[in-house]
Amino acid sequence: MNLKNLLSGVLKIFGKDPEKFAQQNIKIVAAKPLGTRLYSGDVKKCTLIPGDGIGPEISAAVQQIFAAANVPIEWETVDVTPVRGPDGKFGIPQAAIDSVNRNKIGLKGPLMTPVGKGHRSLNLALRKEFNLYANVRPCRSLEGYKTLYDDVDVVTIRENTEGEYSGIEHEIVDGVVQSIKLITEDASMRVAEFAFQYAIENNRKKVTAVHKANIMRMSDGLFLRCCREMAKKYPDVKFEEKYLDTVCLNMVQDPSLYDVLVMPNLYGDILSDMCAGLVGGLGLTPSGNIGLNGALFESVHGTAPDIAGQDKANPTALLLSAVMMLKYMQLAPYANVIEKACFETIKEAKYLTGDLGGKAKCSEFTNEICDKISKSS
Amino acid sequence: MSLITRNLPRIFVQSAQIAAARNIHCTSNNASAALAERPDSRVTATLIPGDGVGPELVYSVQEVFKAAGVPVDWESYFFSEVNPTLSAPLDDVAKSINKNRVALKGILATPDYSHTGELQTLNMKLRNALDLYANVVHVKSLPGIKCRHSNIDCVIIREQTEGEYSALEHESVKGVVECLKIVTAKKSQRIAKFAFDYAVKNNRKKVTAVHKANIMKLGDGLFLRSCEEMAKLYPKIEFEKMIVDNCTMQMVSKPQQFDVMVTPNLYGNIVDNLASGLVGGAGVVSGSSYSSECVVFEPGARHTFSEAVGKNVANPTAMLLCASKLLRHVNLPTYSEMIRNAVEKVLKDGKIRTKDIGGQNSTQEFTYAVIGFIV
Repeated sequence: MNLKNLLSGVLKIFGKDPEKFAQQNIKIVAAKPLGTRLYSGDVKKCTLIPGDGIGPEISAAVQQIFAAANVPIEWETVDVTPVRGPDGKFGIPQAAIDSVNRNKIGLKGPLMTPVGKGHRSLNLALRKEFNLYANVRPCRSLEGYKTLYDDVDVVTIRENTEGEYSGIEHEIVDGVVQSIKLITEDASMRVAEFAFQYAIENNRKKVTAVHKANIMRMSDGLFLRCCREMAKKYPDVKFEEKYLDTVCLNMVQDPSLYDVLVMPNLYGDILSDMCAGLVGGLGLTPSGNIGLNGALFESVHGTAPDIAGQDKANPTALLLSAVMMLKYMQLAPYANVIEKACFETIKEAKYLTGDLGGKAKCSEFTNEICDKISKSS
Repeated sequence: MSLITRNLPRIFVQSAQIAAARNIHCTSNNASAALAERPDSRVTATLIPGDGVGPELVYSVQEVFKAAGVPVDWESYFFSEVNPTLSAPLDDVAKSINKNRVALKGILATPDYSHTGELQTLNMKLRNALDLYANVVHVKSLPGIKCRHSNIDCVIIREQTEGEYSALEHESVKGVVECLKIVTAKKSQRIAKFAFDYAVKNNRKKVTAVHKANIMKLGDGLFLRSCEEMAKLYPKIEFEKMIVDNCTMQMVSKPQQFDVMVTPNLYGNIVDNLASGLVGGAGVVSGSSYSSECVVFEPGARHTFSEAVGKNVANPTAMLLCASKLLRHVNLPTYSEMIRNAVEKVLKDGKIRTKDIGGQNSTQEFTYAVIGFIV
């Protein structure tokens, strides 16, 4: 893909029209900024937000594993504890925002959601700063951890900026509330395009648009139209449309029916958590947020304050998120080595953490993965 | 003697008070009165076969009713949005249901577009016309159907006249669409009361309110607040609240924890289907929609299964269970039990299975098997 980008750039310099040469690739540049590209030999800086609760432990585990695999990444750890800004409001420290903006890529542990503290949620702030428009969550059944479903392999792609979570609400008269779901063509096109690109880059066969256009004919109708239009540009990827309720019904009966799912905000929120439930919970599912100005990968589970500092936490979700990050940075060889070691460790079931039914400590689990990595290289 | 004379008036006063109290609690007494006044003991019910495999399933119900000699007469209406020219007018259907107070309904297909540019679907119109505000789906693991989960027994109560299904949408400028979700205190309280009343009446322990009030602070917040307030009036029923995404995750990993759930419109739709998927799919789960005056019985997961039309493969279980519930509602418990037991026996036997539950038998064979068990 990069080669094509370069080629189209070269053609541009020579005054030729690259449009007809590689029409699709222009868009790919837009979705994946050049700044994120990594040339071989570079050591890339990456922002690390360890998070609260078990966050520091599992972040340390990920760092240890990355060191064992000699991943050419330099971590830039930032603290995001809210500070009082010049306007008197609490918010993220400027240093953290700068770091994220400079590196264009970040890894984030779980953050405590402050209830009623009067400052904007950090997730929201980061989302805005980065323009994170798509949330990607691959859910795959892990060998070795038995759940009721063993054939899950779906990716949910969720529009992240608008929809039901637009935050526009008001009480018209006492006892009558109106919440506005906002769907725009731009955002829908953007996320649809991302879904198809993702499918191609990850060798996926099918994209399913999940909607409820039978009852929300205009808004979901618009989303659906955007997906249809985008599907025409990617004839190699199979495209289908399904109602949200049908997907829910079929997913729990036969998850293998679906591959890549693309949907508006709320549906994505619900379905991604449901799929995580199918494979064993949020402790095992990675998550990535892709944006215009960069990308942020995170583990979406809670901070688990009850086991914080006791070396009991399971770093899998954050580790797999970091693996996703490596793939996004086109460091796939490293990603594959780490991913394989992680899956094997879980499959062998010798060193499993408490949440997976084992007795191992976080450090034992981490060391086992490191051992596997050093053996394989 | 003096004792009797003293007590007699008291008895009268008491009975009058009880009657008055009953009037407060029951939304309507008229239905049973209307049944009693009927000259013969036959019951008339409205029948809407619906789209997709609906007519085939309804035929199955009629066959079973005929075999069992159920004293029910149908007032049949062809009602469809995808076939508007043949469809009976909404007014006629609503009038019939209002008159009969019970109806059996297949699923209406809802197209993604409308020729007239209307945003409301026919389903919404019917629900609004009759004010069918509460949809009740009892999801229960059935004997003989192999599923990943077992021992599921939960009731999902869904508000279905407002919320996301308000059909208020507009395109502010080109490419920017606003869709309004309406939540009112009145309707939220009404559904919350319905859910708690249902729990009390059916000896349930717990009511779970499903919401997303952490994001939609005003809209879902109002719904949640209404449920919380209502919970205070029912101290014997346990109340818990759950965010919808967590709820779906819990549902697929540990569905046994749920008892009665009360949800706004869209979340109810999601949870209904999810739960139905857990116990065997759209073909086996029955549901019902209540207004204060009438009840419409329809399958719990609303899928027309249009790809199976005319193939004689659809599972009539859901529709037969709906019919059984209808019979119990019109006070024909013997027939109701008879049909329910027959269906359960066929499922438990496992010799006759339709395709959706892992067999190869046809709708007709299943129906005959049910008739075979009717005594």
